[in-house]
Amino acid sequence: MLYREAGQFKTSYGADQAIFPIRQDQIAIALMAAIAVLAVPALASEYFLETIFVPFLVFAMAALGLNILTGYCGQLSLGTGGFMACGAFFSYKLTVAFPELHIIIVFLLAGLGTAGVGVLFGLPSLRIKGFYLAVATLAAQFFLVWMFNKFDWWTNYSSSGVISAPPRELIPGIFITGNQADPVTKYLFLLGFVAVLALVAKNLVRSRIGRTWMAIRDMDIAAEIIGIRPLWAKLSAFAVSSFYIGISGALWAFVYTGSVEALAFEINRSFQVLFMIIIGGLGSILGSFLGAAFIVLLPILLNNGMLAIDPTISTALVSHIEFMIFGALIIFFLIVEPHGLARLWQIAKEKLRLWPFPY
Amino acid sequence: MNPTAIRFGIWILVTPVLIAALGFGFKGLAAVDSSLFFAWGYFIEVLIAGLLQGVMYSLVALGFVLIFKASGIFNFAQGSMVLFAALTMVGFIEMGLHWTLSFVVTAGVMVLVALAIERVVLRPLVNQPHIILFMATIGIFYFLDGFGQTLWGSDVKVLDIGISKAPIIVAEGVFENGLLINSFDLVAALVGAVLVAVLAIFFQYTRVGRALRAVADDHQAALSVGIPLKTIWAIVWSVAGIVALVAGIMWGSKAGVQFSLALIALKALPVLILGGFTSIPGAIIGGLIIGAGEQLAEVFLGPLFGGAIQDWFAYMLALVFLLFRPQGLFGEKIIERI
Amino acid sequence: MKFKALGLAALGAAAMTTAAALPAAAVDKQFVPGLMYRSGPYAPNGIPFANGFSDYFRMINAKGGINGVEIEYEECDTAYNNDRGVECYERLKRPGAAAITPLSTGITYALIDRATADKIPVLSMGYGRTAGSDGTVFPYVFTLPATYWSGADVIVNYIAQKEGGYENLKGKKIALVYHDSAYGKEPIGTLEALAEKHGFSFHPFPVAHPGLEQKATWLQIGRQVRPDWTAMWGWGVMNSTAIKEAAAVGYPMDKFIGIWWSGSEQDVTPAGAQAVGYKSLNFHGTGTDFPAIQDILTLVHDAGNGTGPREEVGTVLYNRGVMNAAVITEAIRTAQGIHGEKPLTGEQIRDGFEALNITEARLADKGMAGFMEPIQITCADHEGTGRAFVQQWDGSTWEPVSEWVEPNREGLLRPMIEEAAAAYAAEKGITPRTCN
Repeated sequence: MLYREAGQFKTSYGADQAIFPIRQDQIAIALMAAIAVLAVPALASEYFLETIFVPFLVFAMAALGLNILTGYCGQLSLGTGGFMACGAFFSYKLTVAFPELHIIIVFLLAGLGTAGVGVLFGLPSLRIKGFYLAVATLAAQFFLVWMFNKFDWWTNYSSSGVISAPPRELIPGIFITGNQADPVTKYLFLLGFVAVLALVAKNLVRSRIGRTWMAIRDMDIAAEIIGIRPLWAKLSAFAVSSFYIGISGALWAFVYTGSVEALAFEINRSFQVLFMIIIGGLGSILGSFLGAAFIVLLPILLNNGMLAIDPTISTALVSHIEFMIFGALIIFFLIVEPHGLARLWQIAKEKLRLWPFPY
Repeated sequence: MNPTAIRFGIWILVTPVLIAALGFGFKGLAAVDSSLFFAWGYFIEVLIAGLLQGVMYSLVALGFVLIFKASGIFNFAQGSMVLFAALTMVGFIEMGLHWTLSFVVTAGVMVLVALAIERVVLRPLVNQPHIILFMATIGIFYFLDGFGQTLWGSDVKVLDIGISKAPIIVAEGVFENGLLINSFDLVAALVGAVLVAVLAIFFQYTRVGRALRAVADDHQAALSVGIPLKTIWAIVWSVAGIVALVAGIMWGSKAGVQFSLALIALKALPVLILGGFTSIPGAIIGGLIIGAGEQLAEVFLGPLFGGAIQDWFAYMLALVFLLFRPQGLFGEKIIERI
Repeated sequence: MKFKALGLAALGAAAMTTAAALPAAAVDKQFVPGLMYRSGPYAPNGIPFANGFSDYFRMINAKGGINGVEIEYEECDTAYNNDRGVECYERLKRPGAAAITPLSTGITYALIDRATADKIPVLSMGYGRTAGSDGTVFPYVFTLPATYWSGADVIVNYIAQKEGGYENLKGKKIALVYHDSAYGKEPIGTLEALAEKHGFSFHPFPVAHPGLEQKATWLQIGRQVRPDWTAMWGWGVMNSTAIKEAAAVGYPMDKFIGIWWSGSEQDVTPAGAQAVGYKSLNFHGTGTDFPAIQDILTLVHDAGNGTGPREEVGTVLYNRGVMNAAVITEAIRTAQGIHGEKPLTGEQIRDGFEALNITEARLADKGMAGFMEPIQITCADHEGTGRAFVQQWDGSTWEPVSEWVEPNREGLLRPMIEEAAAAYAAEKGITPRTCN
């Protein structure tokens, strides 16, 4: 009743191809943006900002990147952690070497550097497919983390191999990294940054290049026959994906934890991001966000929730039960909707169209 | 003589030559760089240790192969099945059962776990894409990890089934310091060999084994000749559970039974990929190559880069093999049609 | 159908969120947070420590608190995971938090900036960032009673004692087997400096997390390098695996010395008889023959209130948890002497840490005579003596086999610490405060 597009006429191609063509969607998105920009910083406590919203946005960026590669181009990757480490250490070296360079430029350059590394490790994808390709990316994962851990040059010869983010300003006087940075500033900066890059990603996958990726994903031989160059398509997917993942690694080190050692980007990080895109929905920009929210929120909720219900319960039991419920919920969601939360959202919209008189 | 036998014979002849060439390569490197060290006796010692270590990886990789062969599922939960089996077995031993008895009981528990997985997870997910099933096994991984530790606690547990761990020194006349071999690793290798033989006989000569091979070849065709897919899957997961139990016993008595055991699945992945997902002999050969390769690299090349290279070296080695054979050494050839 | 199930799940989740958003706040108690780990790969070692830590506070409460102020202790499980550690810190931090116990070098690194900004002291007892013991740059970080650099020096000094003097170190080989992380890398710089000073050769061997794979490492040590002494910076499963692999290549156990985190019952029991003779550092007593530990047994465990099993009381890591809690208790007591006997803020308790002076007499009062050394902290020096002793595993207990060994702090370590702290201050743009 409420959610109907009847009567909304498009008079130009531009209007027809808008990302949110339906007026209700536009209103909803504007409302969400208003909540995210105005209500969240005003209402959320520091705990919520620092441990839920900030990591959520950082992970959403990583999930966007992996979704481009795995969801849109069909190349399974388990090297996300390694590429995030690239972003973190590249941006550290850059910003220490050139302190006057603006931090956003540093992040973007680190992303470009990671894209180069991604292309390098993407080369085997031209010959290896499926789960076998996972090994190429796992090689990247283990090698990159080992490299950043082993060579002191990356950490400016810190005795323990830990880098910590130097304070950097967004605009003079407003810090977004280092310990002077206010959680609200960090959150708003991330929100803007991620929103812009998500918009770029959305338009990228709707464009020619996105369509070549999807053709490769659906069947690479057929795609090759209709004139798509697999080399170009696969490597560009690796490059764009690594660009996003590299930036998310830089954000992780600089904005989220503030200090990081290479081991923070070990194999579990790769799995975590892979969960996000599978739970959220492969081949969906919205799914990247939903998946990131799910995986970031769920363990914290379970943990806090169990403690809130019974504060005397032992933390060991809480952790083990958290593991069990987490595993069970992953299976539950896969059984209910194997195509992820994004698909659920779509079904919900379909149903909403007919509500309250379904036929 | 069939072509496979001939190819096999050639490899048996070529392998010692390759190993010797590798030895001369390392020797040359050691002559150039002073941080490296080389002696033939030491080289052979590391090689043997690596091969034995490789069999330990194969034990874990076998479980993966069984399940992938029969259902095309990449079972990430194999590592936590190893942990869960070992924890359960130690739990029963601590209750006072003899280890042989508790082996039997634990095997029963693993069969129950397999039945539950088939009923609760696999059946509702029939016909889903591989990556979704892979994800589901990750769910199982988390569940089993938490469940095992809730039941049995997370302390380090000692699993001792009376295998000697003393070092043996052989061939002292031939090499300067003799060759050091770990007796425990020898026993583990033996267990691995027996396990592979038993599995091979099971697959080759029993009725169930034939049905399993039929399912592995083609689900649809197997169904149409009346092979019950669900039963077969339950059997495969049970067998994989028992293989996990054996791996858990060997790794558990080597390293103590604790959470970290679940992580050895990561060491089995390059083995699996190198050998091919669908081949039982592949898991063994892959294990030998990866085990020997990574130990030799760590000892003779590691000092060049500051060490701890064996983790990524195993994957790089697997990657190099894959570039030549994209389906692994013994995997089924991937045929694509439009 | 599916939608209804999902709706219910969402409702449940929402209920849990609201429940989680309302933390209970106690007013008249002193709050102590604990970042422990009872799950994850290092849980077997984390659990006894966490139990000792919590039992000590229960004992203090059973005795009526610190000058009548009870302790409210809350734990959060980090699973030895850095980002989870940050989440735990943000969850437990509040102005009234006495001190943060990160229990992981990686988490300590991640929290130093945050805790300093939030004015909560960080007590990284025998771990963490060594440079943190320079109080001029790190006013909120305390590393008493010893840092890894002191530990490395203590090991070398002990070896020198055994070899009959520093001149006999010349030409010797000392190997280091270390966890390839922030934790394991801490001693390398010190050992390299010492190798140059004393003329021994130093051979580092990294072991990748979690440390199940050490065959190649020990083949190199036992069959190729054959060092005269081997030191170890390991944790969790890495320790027991190292001991087993060392035995497998026939390396003599009494030449193998672990840092204090590589010498607990959890590390030697899985190796069985092979571990007999293995040595490690320690800086507190083991066993239950101390009045404070007896108090825990009678007041906490006999009352059915123990956090863990009773048999665990007196083990190395349990007692370390007790010592850590005792130091925090003493800091709170000292702070109460300055700011009054009421629940205090972290900032006020920091003053207590800085004025900390645990004398022999005070230790005897606490029932900890002979359990630990007297500790005195100053504004500039947040470490204390840095001394430790060597203990040896005899198959059933850890027996002390040396006197307290002194590290060369003034001559060697302190300048290194000040240099590292100055570098940190320069990178972060901190002006070191003056201490007089």
